[in-house]
Amino acid sequence: MTLSHPTESLVGRRWKRPPFIANPMLRWCLALGAAIYLAVAFGTMEVNWSRVADGLPRAQRFLSSFFPPDFTSRAEDIFDGILESLWMTVISTVVGIAISIPVGLGAARNLSPRPVYLFSRAVLAISRTFPEIIVALFAVKLFGFGPFAGFLALSLGTIGFYGKLLAEDIEDMDPVQAEAVKATGSSWFQWLNYAVQPQVMPRMIGLGMYRFDINFRESAVVGIVGGGGIGATLLTSFDRYEFDSSAAILLIIIGIVMVVEYSSGYVRRWVQ
Amino acid sequence: MPVNEKNGLKAWQRRDRNSQLLIWAIQFAAVAIFVYCWQLISDKTIWMFVTDAPRQAADMASRMIPPKWDYLSTLWMPVWDTITIATLGTLMAIVMAFPIAFLAARNTTPSKTFIRPIALFIIVSSRSINSLLWALMLVMVIGPGVFAGVLAIGFRSIGFCAKLLYEAIEEIDETQVEAVTATGANGPQILNYGIVPQILPAFAGISVFRWDINIRESTVLGLVGAGGIGLQLNASINTVTWTQVSVILLVILGTVIVSEWVSAKVRHAII
Repeated sequence: MTLSHPTESLVGRRWKRPPFIANPMLRWCLALGAAIYLAVAFGTMEVNWSRVADGLPRAQRFLSSFFPPDFTSRAEDIFDGILESLWMTVISTVVGIAISIPVGLGAARNLSPRPVYLFSRAVLAISRTFPEIIVALFAVKLFGFGPFAGFLALSLGTIGFYGKLLAEDIEDMDPVQAEAVKATGSSWFQWLNYAVQPQVMPRMIGLGMYRFDINFRESAVVGIVGGGGIGATLLTSFDRYEFDSSAAILLIIIGIVMVVEYSSGYVRRWVQ
Repeated sequence: MPVNEKNGLKAWQRRDRNSQLLIWAIQFAAVAIFVYCWQLISDKTIWMFVTDAPRQAADMASRMIPPKWDYLSTLWMPVWDTITIATLGTLMAIVMAFPIAFLAARNTTPSKTFIRPIALFIIVSSRSINSLLWALMLVMVIGPGVFAGVLAIGFRSIGFCAKLLYEAIEEIDETQVEAVTATGANGPQILNYGIVPQILPAFAGISVFRWDINIRESTVLGLVGAGGIGLQLNASINTVTWTQVSVILLVILGTVIVSEWVSAKVRHAII
């Protein structure tokens, strides 16, 4: 008696791993599209290879002029710039988060009425669209050179980032706990304080630290368009071909980012 | 649970006295730092400009309207360049981030004492230096143009992609790796059949996410000469042709919205 089993026909065939995109039609279309796009993109990218070849020995000289990093001869300017960046980061993170809390509450669908929701979402969308640099560019035009313009640009970026994540976190919260607190007869603010806040707090503290880290890194570039901070010092050192000082500044930025990142990991573990 | 007794009535409290005091101390310190920083920054601000800003803004807005729509026809090429910079930069970054992530992940790194710190340092330095700074340096080395932009976006994104990827690798299910090992697979085979299939969705998600961010970043690279629509923006601002600036801003807005929509759709399809 022969029992034909559906797997029998597979015996002797080699196993192949299932493809990432199941639909073969879609898979081949995507591959073809990607190939055509890449060909066109490389075709339109005008690379001046002789200029690049020129650049290679220059790159070597450039890199060697980075070493050894010179921390001392411009120490005072670097110190001022770093401090300015740090203040800018602190106040723009604090102000940005302070503003983004009401906006984020308004942008949570399960918390706010429809018109408030739409308005808050519009605010978030607008503050997220433009890169900080473009905002800084206009802030410098309006408010003059200096850290205030950078502070405004970074705060706006923080509002868009933090408000959106806060709203999403509130939308994902456990409604059972919120219901329980409401059932005790709490007022709206008590409800917010005892039902919503404890649920979103640990993640939001972590995100706050993360945003601090982003703001510090961004504060290094708003200076390029005149927004104050270490970026201005860095640009000056580039313009004056003092690359050893630039290397020092870049190393300091990397160091501070590392410190912030480690401490934020520590704080997050402590909070959770 | 801490309970406070007052006039014979017991009131529930969230924290006991010491932790409450500690939290107050932290809050006080935070406010003090904030006020101090605000003081420093307000010393460096010319408040006359700030109070004057609303009038300036209204003036600038009035100069921007109506947008000069004919300028749009010259913008298609820069927009294409911007997208090219973002796409090729992301591509370059993920190709390089893939091996670095494996070297940095605690469970796949060949050497925890030597190679892992090096990989982590590459990740941190690539992440800490903004793409605009990378562009600034690359323009000096290889000259202005799209190529410098691609490299800048690529260098900046390596750290981001590698970081998220190595975290994904560290969170994989070890039992699957063990199962593949038990079949007698060698090192590359374990990697290929045990680990890669587990991180592939995360990998695709990270790439699309970074692409979306890179579109946004590549719109400004032109400010330092690295190609894309930022070049036109810079030129228009320098020649104070505000009617062109408004067109460029609208185009950037459109590009960013479209890229965000595409990335959301793709990520939704993957996850």
